[in-house]
Amino acid sequence: MNFVVDNLLPLILFSPALVALVLLFLPRTEKNLLRWAAFIGSLIPLAFALALWFSFAPQQPGFQFEQKAAWYEALGSSFHLGVDGLSLTMVLLTTVLTPIAILASYSVQERVKAYMILFLLLETGMLGVFLALDLLLFFVFWEIGLVPMYFLINQWGSEKGERQLWGGLKVSARTYASFKFMIYTMAGSLGLLLAIQMIGVTSGTFDLPELFKIWPGLTSLQGVPLGIPIATVKAVAFWAFVVAFAIKVPVWPFHTWLPDAHTEAPTAGSMILAGVLLKLGAYGFLRLVLPLYPQEAHQYAGWLAFLATMAIIFGAFAAYGQDDFKRLVAYSSVNHMGFVVLGIAAAARAVGTADATIALNGAVLQMFNHGLSAAGMFFLVGVIYERAHTRNLNDFGGLFPLIPVYGGILLFTSMASLGLPGLNGFVSEFLVVRGSWPIFTLWTALSMIGLLLTGLYILKGIKKVLHGPLNEHWVGHITEIKFREIAVIAPLMVLMLWIGIWPAWILGVINDAMRMLFG
Amino acid sequence: MDFPVLSVIVFTPIVAGLLILLIPGDRKTEIRVTALAAAVLALILSAWVYFNYDTALGGYQLMEHHDWLPALGISYIVAVDGINAPLVLLTGVVMFTGVLISWGVDDRPREFFAFLFILASGVFGVFVAQDLFQLFFFYEIAVFPMYLLIAIWGWVQTREYAAMKLTLYLFIGSVIALVGGLAMYFEVGLNTFNMIRIAEAGQAGAFSQSFQIFWFPFVFLGFAVLGGIFPFHNWSPDGHVAAPTAVSMFHAGVLMKLGAFAALRVGIMLLPQGAEYWRWVIMGLATVNVVYGAFIAMVQTDFKYVIGFSSVSHMGLVMLGFSTLTPEGLTGAGIQMFSHGVMTALFFAVVGMVYDRAHTRQINELGGFSKKMPWVAVAFIIGGLVSMGMPGLSGFVAEFPIFMGVWRVAPIVAIIAAISIVITASYIIRIIGKVFFGPMPEAFEHHIGDVTVLDKVALVVLCVIMIAIGVYPAVMSPLVASGVESILRLFGGA
Repeated sequence: MNFVVDNLLPLILFSPALVALVLLFLPRTEKNLLRWAAFIGSLIPLAFALALWFSFAPQQPGFQFEQKAAWYEALGSSFHLGVDGLSLTMVLLTTVLTPIAILASYSVQERVKAYMILFLLLETGMLGVFLALDLLLFFVFWEIGLVPMYFLINQWGSEKGERQLWGGLKVSARTYASFKFMIYTMAGSLGLLLAIQMIGVTSGTFDLPELFKIWPGLTSLQGVPLGIPIATVKAVAFWAFVVAFAIKVPVWPFHTWLPDAHTEAPTAGSMILAGVLLKLGAYGFLRLVLPLYPQEAHQYAGWLAFLATMAIIFGAFAAYGQDDFKRLVAYSSVNHMGFVVLGIAAAARAVGTADATIALNGAVLQMFNHGLSAAGMFFLVGVIYERAHTRNLNDFGGLFPLIPVYGGILLFTSMASLGLPGLNGFVSEFLVVRGSWPIFTLWTALSMIGLLLTGLYILKGIKKVLHGPLNEHWVGHITEIKFREIAVIAPLMVLMLWIGIWPAWILGVINDAMRMLFG
Repeated sequence: MDFPVLSVIVFTPIVAGLLILLIPGDRKTEIRVTALAAAVLALILSAWVYFNYDTALGGYQLMEHHDWLPALGISYIVAVDGINAPLVLLTGVVMFTGVLISWGVDDRPREFFAFLFILASGVFGVFVAQDLFQLFFFYEIAVFPMYLLIAIWGWVQTREYAAMKLTLYLFIGSVIALVGGLAMYFEVGLNTFNMIRIAEAGQAGAFSQSFQIFWFPFVFLGFAVLGGIFPFHNWSPDGHVAAPTAVSMFHAGVLMKLGAFAALRVGIMLLPQGAEYWRWVIMGLATVNVVYGAFIAMVQTDFKYVIGFSSVSHMGLVMLGFSTLTPEGLTGAGIQMFSHGVMTALFFAVVGMVYDRAHTRQINELGGFSKKMPWVAVAFIIGGLVSMGMPGLSGFVAEFPIFMGVWRVAPIVAIIAAISIVITASYIIRIIGKVFFGPMPEAFEHHIGDVTVLDKVALVVLCVIMIAIGVYPAVMSPLVASGVESILRLFGGA
């Protein structure tokens, strides 16, 4: 037992990879065995994460459960893990969503083994980002997550659709989307990589707690003969970080990979992509950008707020304009993640004030909430797509009498996404708006346009699918949601309701963490 | 006296090669088994050397010293330090996997393995040599069989041309380097080719600065030709493409390292002031290698040419690391030599497996191979990720410190060279998507089967090495760092 408590973080981090290793040795034809093994295996990190949640002391400042081992000594990088309230929340989100997504993938028929292995490796990659306390290690896991996601989209993505490239070459839509996802993110990471290298050279360490002390106060660039003022260098490095994370979030105008990737990804892939991968970007802002670049963040916060507002407004408009149900949900992610960035920008401008802390609370809670609702929405889109083999909203209509249970669930989840009071989305969006209002009044006010449009596109989706005249074609084809599918969505719904009614259990942890980090 | 393990490593292949020549040509199984046995022995011994090198002690270890031609000051000295120990292991690995991959060579396997093993002995000999003459001796031994291997067993369409081009390039390079070596020999005037003594004399001031500045380009560039430095890289993709699979693996995997290593050992370590003077030129050329090589690889339509040019790009990173003359840069370059060797051996093995079945290497004509040979697809993906410098694999462990070293001396170069990462990603993804996952042409559907168990063993060995270094860099970095430390001492401090 002591072993478990002492090594909780490595256990959380590596248990998915170990389960993947076990899967490697199971026969590939036993699809059900593979599915259940992956599902049960993914409950192991969840169990550890719950143990972590309950043994975590929210009031205690600094990182907990720290682990440090030699890793790449020649560069001054070590295998350093640790959690605080921020990463703990994200770890919980990841470990909750992965089993749910695996359960949602039972309908995958092709190459189940490879699929499940990639999924579990993806989980390790994502958890590594949240747990790493070493800049190099952070980057390692940041990039590792790309690979399984690329293959999940490229190999198990939707089989329909073609895209014409410049030069007239035609490729399948999933190839296009996965390539765009990979190159976009890698190009974004390039600046991050260079900035990390420069930080490593000047500071001689990659250890984050140490860097938080050294780097912001650095007045001269030791060892890097750049010949330009350090303020400029820091500003450039700041933007390198911001662009890398902004692409991942994604912030307008770096979001164009997202609708393609989401639309083409398999259902569970979209769930994880929206549920966790987008959070990596926002987490990067909170974990690295704000502590490492307080002055630059303060200086450029207005720009960030502007971009966030654009994401909120344009994301909503774009979502409203879609006829493809999945694309609609994908653009809604741009819209919702905009609030996260708005909260972060507000906090960057007025760090330390009560308003900033409220905005940060809202931003982190919104990360968690969007993880739940986006995963839920993508799953529900996947459920209907499996039956109808189309996602075109104009082909549906009047399905409520055919599938009342599904309809009810869709309504519930949509409302959570819309931000109906009493459900989770409301709490976090309210906090963000409340916190940023005194800081960026104009931008916050403008973002209300986006909030209004959120209602519009959500209702459009519901109306086109559930209401209106019944499209007779679907009678007998679209069947009621199955028990397994309810088992997927039920935990999400419980969490949405729970956070909506009594957010204190999670907000307490977040609030303590934010006060200690930025207070 | 201790067991002369390095000499045994050096001479095992050549003895095995001669033994193979004694076996009647039609007894192919015996030939192959003998070859495999020798390769396994060399691999085990080189692994033993690698893991028994004492990094705490540092310096040259397992040294053997015998007089050879005392009148001329030529001796036989072999020893390992932190830089060449990984390269010895690399050669062992490539030799072992190369034999496994070449199991199916049916055209005169006796001569094939014999030449391949002579080549291997030459390579081992260069890596462990501590005597300048001995180094040149083994260097030529390594280059010459290459000509025959390409001209006889190579790709019919270009083999004569490529073999000739490669051999001429490399001989001219080595002659130029030899001139430089002789100049050093006479300048020191101790009647010795012992590089350790020459280095000591050099430190004591035997080489004036102007001497070093004049002769450094001869020695460095002469060897760097084999390392594929721009603008003398031109032989390498042609040679790679024309060579049979195992020879390409050797060629890109080990021989190019031979050039880079000799340039380091003879050029930079014996003429440090010259290196300091010329470093910016080297850095400029290396940057061209890295970026230009990647762009050229991107536009190739032949699978093997893509890999050939990617080698040019990656070897540029090695040279870039050298030119920084910083601990990070040199450590990275040392690891990159090993990492690239394993990776590119894997690449060429995969290309060979695909070509053997499809009889074409045009990327547009290939497709869907992951269904027929999933192991190969996974191995290529892992190698491709190493090539892109994906964290968690050996490529990242090697490239990251190189870039850090470059940041210390010329930040702009780091930014320019980093472009190659995205370019590399794009061409690797294109190949993976097209060759392994695209739709399979009808013509291939029926006659393409999976690879043999031996092939799979080779692929697994190569992949495991790349993953091991990537996940836990400490299996290699302290060793290389200890070697780098002694290099930097030549530059007055580490």
